[in-house]
Amino acid sequence: MNEHTVKVFDNELGQLRGLVAQMGGLAEQAIEQAVAALVRGDLTAAARVVEGDRRIDVLEEEVEGLAVQLIALRAPMADDLREVLTGMKFANTLERVADHAKNIAKRVSEIDTSVRIEPMSVLPAMASVAGEMLHDVLDAFAARDVEAARRVCERDRAVDDLYNSIFRALVTFMMENPKSISQAAHLLFIAKNLERIGDQATNLAEMVHYAATGERMVERERAS
Amino acid sequence: MHAPAPTAAPKISARHVSVHYGRKQAIDDVSIDVDMENVTAFIGPSGCGKSTFLRTLNRMNDTIPTARVAGDIRLDGEDIYAADMDVVQLRARVGMVFQKPNPFPKSIYENVAYGPRIHGLAANKAELDHIVERSLTRAGLWGEVKDRLSDSGTALSGGQQQRLCIARAIAVDPEVILMDEPCSALDPIATAKIEELVHELRGKYAIVIVTHNMQQAARVSQRTAFFHLGTLVEYGVTSQIFTNPRQERTKDYITGRYG
Repeated sequence: MNEHTVKVFDNELGQLRGLVAQMGGLAEQAIEQAVAALVRGDLTAAARVVEGDRRIDVLEEEVEGLAVQLIALRAPMADDLREVLTGMKFANTLERVADHAKNIAKRVSEIDTSVRIEPMSVLPAMASVAGEMLHDVLDAFAARDVEAARRVCERDRAVDDLYNSIFRALVTFMMENPKSISQAAHLLFIAKNLERIGDQATNLAEMVHYAATGERMVERERAS
Repeated sequence: MHAPAPTAAPKISARHVSVHYGRKQAIDDVSIDVDMENVTAFIGPSGCGKSTFLRTLNRMNDTIPTARVAGDIRLDGEDIYAADMDVVQLRARVGMVFQKPNPFPKSIYENVAYGPRIHGLAANKAELDHIVERSLTRAGLWGEVKDRLSDSGTALSGGQQQRLCIARAIAVDPEVILMDEPCSALDPIATAKIEELVHELRGKYAIVIVTHNMQQAARVSQRTAFFHLGTLVEYGVTSQIFTNPRQERTKDYITGRYG
């Protein structure tokens, strides 16, 4: 990519990418730590995830501010314009991903780890697939790699399948253990949070495709 | 060559146009259609040939002794370089507005009335008055000058002078209006008024505008042609050119990476 004649424009675009990457890294970490806290029943670690979400909110505001400034002062065109818009949308979506991680962390105190709820063992696997999707889509964004973005979309099915199997297992568990329904319900919400993170990683992958090519990812590509 | 099918029958159809100034080639094999429904913007760096090409459309290059034009340019299917083409008549049909406002050193009224008078478009004073009023109204200037039509055209502000020049072009009832950087000498408010005027004139005349200001091209046109080193690099729907250009050179230029 050639540099802009106005160098400060390149600096600002780089800054925008940097902020988005930073948000992405924090969101990824939040998912990991929230699920680890859940598995260990670690309330302190869970509280740290909830606390850390503020940083992500602040970064989202910074990205928006910078994007508005870029549009107002640089009037970006073509791929620059798509880059700025995508950066802003990325930040919004990453903020919501981080909210899901925060919600998971908030539920840690509701789960009594001494009660063995078998379906819970699937959650870390699900979190790792969703987390990897997020990780890979951030790399795809940094490299404008359309193929990598497409591969992220393909993995959403796996997260959905895991969610469906957890859903069925938890419903069965609730019927058999009416005393633990509220705990199982919390786990169901956690599974739903992780399933949403997979969806959002897919949305991010579609944004990468648009930023790189100017075209929407067609339905066929998303489904395959 | 990237020339999308226009939405209607082309008003101007140029094929394989090349222009030389002496030995130097300024335009190399450009083909393009311009229609009535869309404002067409020509963009490109200085020296890319966009103004030269614009000037072939009403044979303004005829006034430059060393200029040679090859190729085929048709206005409603009629060869404008045909031997029997009346160039004065052609320039009435294909009017032009220049970079610097250049009103005649005459009254506002006379600036607009001059063309219709020499082309015999008005039978009497009342008809001429009507043409002057209609042209100034269309050019968005009537309200500002109607009480001082006998003042000199050169006494107006730059933006008003440019609208006076547009009124002058409109007065002879042209089919096409060529604008060569019509706002580059104007302040932002005068520029906005000209741009608004271009919107209003769209559909009544085929409009081609050459501009260095890419935001302006994006704002006023529906079709954009990017010229570089005498060639037409890309011609397409304006929104596509500015969000997702197909050619690398177009992208580098509009995003400020050229050169």
